[in-house]
Amino acid sequence: MIRIEKLSRQFEVGNQIVRALDHVDLEITEGEYVSIMGVSGSGKSTLLNILGLLDTPTSGNYILSGINTSEMNDDEMAHIRSTKIGFVFQSFHLIPRLTAAENIEMPMVLAGIKPKDRKEKVDLALSRVSLTDRSDHKPEQLSGGQRQRVAIARSIVMEPDVLLADEPTGNLDSTSGIEIVRLIEDLNKGGLTLIVVTHDRSMGNRSDRLIRLLDGKIINDDAK
Amino acid sequence: MRFYDLIFLALSTLIRYPLRTIMLLIATSIGVMAVILLTAVGEGARDYITGEFKDMGTNLIIVIPGKNETSGGGSPVDLAGVTPRDLTIEDAISLRKIDGVKNIAPIVIGEASAQFNGLERSVPIIGSTRSFLSVRKWEMETGMFLPGTTLERSPPVCAIGKEVEKELFGPSNAIGQWLRLGDRRCRVTGIIGTEGRAVGIDVQKTVVIPVSLGTALFNRPSLFRIIAEAENRLISDQIIQDIKTILKKRHQGKEDFTVIRQDAVMASFDNIFNVLTMALGSIASISLFVAGILIMNVMLVAVSQRQSEIGLLKAIGAKNKQISQLFVVEAILLSGSGAILGLILGHSITQVLKISFPTFNFLPPLWASYVSLIVALMSGVIFGLLPARRASKLDPVIALTGNK
Repeated sequence: MIRIEKLSRQFEVGNQIVRALDHVDLEITEGEYVSIMGVSGSGKSTLLNILGLLDTPTSGNYILSGINTSEMNDDEMAHIRSTKIGFVFQSFHLIPRLTAAENIEMPMVLAGIKPKDRKEKVDLALSRVSLTDRSDHKPEQLSGGQRQRVAIARSIVMEPDVLLADEPTGNLDSTSGIEIVRLIEDLNKGGLTLIVVTHDRSMGNRSDRLIRLLDGKIINDDAK
Repeated sequence: MRFYDLIFLALSTLIRYPLRTIMLLIATSIGVMAVILLTAVGEGARDYITGEFKDMGTNLIIVIPGKNETSGGGSPVDLAGVTPRDLTIEDAISLRKIDGVKNIAPIVIGEASAQFNGLERSVPIIGSTRSFLSVRKWEMETGMFLPGTTLERSPPVCAIGKEVEKELFGPSNAIGQWLRLGDRRCRVTGIIGTEGRAVGIDVQKTVVIPVSLGTALFNRPSLFRIIAEAENRLISDQIIQDIKTILKKRHQGKEDFTVIRQDAVMASFDNIFNVLTMALGSIASISLFVAGILIMNVMLVAVSQRQSEIGLLKAIGAKNKQISQLFVVEAILLSGSGAILGLILGHSITQVLKISFPTFNFLPPLWASYVSLIVALMSGVIFGLLPARRASKLDPVIALTGNK
């Protein structure tokens, strides 16, 4: 489902070239549960951003569901992000002036789906993260764990193929962290491909496959 | 993205930052209000001036001494445009025999001290004939205006304005009394009832005397102008030709005078005031432009403040075009509602001014409302575009991590 061939991403910092990713090859099949670990600057976030089409590689190929993404323009990538990819961020990234339900609705608003059809899907997503009774709350009225659950509901409302999570428990206490991990693991059990970037070793160990990055290279790829 | 979603999202931002929104609304509304008010004053002034002339009656032909033209480069007198020869009462008499002329009113103006019973007052004086009354469409309050034969003769009579009557005669009856004007005396025959201004003089403060008495009083044979009233509009041009021929003959073949039609004067005043109104409107729309720049500034700040939100929208599938639409719609909503607020304010203040100053008619022209609304909306679009472009071009990775 995801195939990466000789993928490099370089940044120019001053007059130095930093290789965030250096000729990475990787293949992830549908329904897999993958953790990506590594120290800061190892390139794990860059890899996630490229997988999520937020960033484009300097060289190499990224083939998603059989489509080579390196030939896509901005609008085509936006369309793929809208329909095939869900994001969960460490800092939730909810829009503060919108309610939980409206935040979850946002991807469908951008996709131009009719309000009538949206309502049903929002309700379903809210119930999947057990927040039906919080639908009218603004983010500031919700706890950290609840906010992340809203973010997860938002990420799955368009029924994507892949869920990309960047340190999803990083801003949460351990109890709510565990809740969130169980929630996304349940989604994975339902068939959703799950890729998690994490610092947290215990979380990394829960996944079926653990990839370690160092200096832009995969140094370890363990399937269990 | 659907249209109402766009509006909802833009509105939710405007509500989220009320102070910012209110400040921008005020800025735009002041701009629109300024356009409405200034054009209302301009149109009002035009109405006031043309109304003044309309009072004068129609089919009037005005002869003014002197002519500004470059002729030959001979004598320095010609070059300076100085009147070589004045218009005189005899000139006015000679115009009476033209066919189709209903009335001839020669005019002299000056100032002299008016005395009665120890009270003294400096008054503007108009010297003319009985025809002046009908030419100006004046009305008498009591008594009579000048007698009908005052073109050649100068009986010592006068008609006075209401204020002159009040100041000099007080409660006693002015009619029949002898009023001293400079070194002359004249008997008051009537009180003029009309209010307003004529040839730049407040009617109520003036004294009208026979024209030949005027030239004697001011010791000056030249007339201020001659007004001829045609029997109808169609023959005005013919009469102008006749006037020119006759006066030229009397002035040794020189056309050292100017003949104009009343309606031509009105048309040119109309023109002048239209330009004035436009100019005032344009000056006021500078403030609209300033408001536009203010909106742009605030929107640019908003783009950097909302970086992470823009990043998020991109991550969940927003196209660049959608991001820029959001910001442009926000700017248009701001400028549009500011403009509507300004229209309401401008028109309400105009109404208040109308009540406060009933003599001056404040008339905000219809085009000013349309133009200011359109200019405001356009400034919203134009000044919203740059911030919108900047927002849509943001790199989502940097935007997401930029600020949280």
